[in-house]
Amino acid sequence: MSNPVAADHAGDDTAVDTDTHVGSEPVLRVENLRKEFGGITAVDGASFAVADESLTGLIGPNGAGKSTTFNCITGVHEPTAGAVYFNGENIAGRAPNVIADRGLVRTFQIARELAEMTVLENLMLAPKRQQGESLMRSVLPSFRDGVIKQETELREAVWESLEFFEIDHLAEEQAGTLSGGQRKLLEMARALMTDPDMLLLDEPFAGVNPTLETKLLDRINQLRADEGITFLLVEHDMDIIMEHCDPVIVMHQGQVLAEGPPDVIRNDERVVDAYFGDEQ
Amino acid sequence: MNTDRFHSDRLDSFRELLERSDAALVLTAMAAFYLLFLGIGAVLNYNLAGIISILGQVTFFTAVYALVVLALNLHWGYAGLFNIGIAGFMAVGVYTMAMLTAPPTGSPPGLGLPISVGIVGGMVAAALIGLVTALPALRLRADYLAIVTVAISEIIRLTYNSPAFSTFTLPGGIALGTGGANGIGNFPSNPVRAIYYVDPESAASGTTPIGTAVFGFFENTLGVFRSAVIVDLTYGLVLAVVVLLVYVLLARVGNSPFGRVLKAIREDEIVAKSLGKDTDRFKIKTFMLGCALMGLAGVLWQGFGTGAVYPQAFRPELTFYIFIAVIIGGAGSNTGSVLGGAVFANLLFLLPQYLPNIIEQTFAIQANPNTFIAAVGPIAAGEITPLLGYVLNQRLPALRFVFVGILLVYLMQNRPEGLLGHRTETAAAVDLSDGHTPRAGSQSDPTPPAASDPGGVEDE
Repeated sequence: MSNPVAADHAGDDTAVDTDTHVGSEPVLRVENLRKEFGGITAVDGASFAVADESLTGLIGPNGAGKSTTFNCITGVHEPTAGAVYFNGENIAGRAPNVIADRGLVRTFQIARELAEMTVLENLMLAPKRQQGESLMRSVLPSFRDGVIKQETELREAVWESLEFFEIDHLAEEQAGTLSGGQRKLLEMARALMTDPDMLLLDEPFAGVNPTLETKLLDRINQLRADEGITFLLVEHDMDIIMEHCDPVIVMHQGQVLAEGPPDVIRNDERVVDAYFGDEQ
Repeated sequence: MNTDRFHSDRLDSFRELLERSDAALVLTAMAAFYLLFLGIGAVLNYNLAGIISILGQVTFFTAVYALVVLALNLHWGYAGLFNIGIAGFMAVGVYTMAMLTAPPTGSPPGLGLPISVGIVGGMVAAALIGLVTALPALRLRADYLAIVTVAISEIIRLTYNSPAFSTFTLPGGIALGTGGANGIGNFPSNPVRAIYYVDPESAASGTTPIGTAVFGFFENTLGVFRSAVIVDLTYGLVLAVVVLLVYVLLARVGNSPFGRVLKAIREDEIVAKSLGKDTDRFKIKTFMLGCALMGLAGVLWQGFGTGAVYPQAFRPELTFYIFIAVIIGGAGSNTGSVLGGAVFANLLFLLPQYLPNIIEQTFAIQANPNTFIAAVGPIAAGEITPLLGYVLNQRLPALRFVFVGILLVYLMQNRPEGLLGHRTETAAAVDLSDGHTPRAGSQSDPTPPAASDPGGVEDE
């Protein structure tokens, strides 16, 4: 609805969307996405685009379909209808690992740490295409040296990440023993270890202390600038969204209600009715 | 006083050694089991040949159980693949081996191929059956794999048992057979016999120089004339080496990025997929490797161990023995698997076979009467000995299931993680903390660090 150009080009891989706010070609384009669970329609024809290197916010009242949209984009759920273009390729219905392999990685609303693995193992798992993920290479002596060399390099990167996220003191703990906020940090650190093109963060700041929250937002902006990573953020903290995200997409009852810069969204009557009306 | 402290210090350092060194732990456990069975041999007044025979059995059963438990630990302990068709995969291994190596003129006929081809063929066949089982089931939830594997295991056993396949002819006119309910008796002789005998098939063919020397040593120095006992002990030791090799293989698999993905699949497969891991590929490879090892265990245990193969050896209870052993040892730990296999083989499998004789001898209880009525009747008169005698009368080994059940209930309530399941064995090819010391907690520190710059986030 707010993205008519994209809708006109449904099914056309090469369509260039001009109706975004940052101004460059969208890295992610969702078109008429529908997801039904039995008789319930969780996402009802949502369409939006996310510009490359942007920090886009996705908000909406509880039950608006934000997490289901995330799940459909990342392959956890197969969409009932609609298309999801990532870097020009329709990834709707592909397996989660294929989508992650393309560079679209997500975190979960309720942190899914690998509880009986250490924090270090959780992060070491993430990097893509590790040599030692081949059974032969992990076993045969002639390849084992290469595996060990890569493991040593990854270890340094992992420690650097743990130090940044301030959870290095927990490195050897089982991830299941971490607090809620620490698990969120672990998940974000783990997702970043995959070297993604785009990161979908589902309420990443829930339970994270404000100081670290600021630091993480700094890091997000740094990653956008230095490495060209795009971020799509679901967050309930309206201050964070309005202060840091541009554009902001508002979902309501499974549809995109509005999309635009925070100032416009803040003053959009439909949004105020649907969302802020409840909150204020 | 000082001596006491000296002893307790030594005890502490020994305990430390056991915690640090898996080899010391396993060797100590084995030494304890050997001592136990030496004691049993002494109580039962066995001669030296009899005692060597018991020690050979201890070695054999420990090794074969350890081998299968290690394979199951790869499936269940590492990847969380609930395979309850172990007996079936072992059967495929040993039957394939038997059919490949049996002489074409024999009954049932085989292909007459060399033993080495038979062993590899058995492992490959078990892996392929594993693949066929896994392909449809691995895409579904874990409990479906359990249902499919137990079904496949029974299908395999009943197929080998079926008269229809007792002998059959392949399209090229090649005759093969499973022997039906009678199994395959003309199994190739145990390869270690080739060390001692000129013709491994026949002890009467004369001994090799090694055979002459070893048998001569036992005969002249120890007075042991039964060469079969020495062959069995040698086979047990060869199996111990096989267990060591498989242990090293699986330790490498576990301590690698591959093993890390398996652990992640066990913990939360969606997470592993969301990080780009093709979990189906990992599960299929793992399932096939584990099945191949189960096939190998079938060949080494039911094949060379008993010298014949018949379908009744692969009833589902075999699978549950292995599961109990992996629970005792602690799922997820390879060393725990070896220990669990050793504990099960010695205390729950072998010991009950000797227990009736020991009790009879020690407490002078006669292993009779034969009937239940005769056993419980005298209780009214206050006589409990006939009941004990009735239980002892060949029924104690059958009570093994009761012991196993009690042990399982105890373990589930008091130590569900088994002997070594509490240990965290990090899945990585290197020490992940090497060169790094986790610094003191900072995340919980509420004071804002000066480094953070709230202005920095505004510049979009």
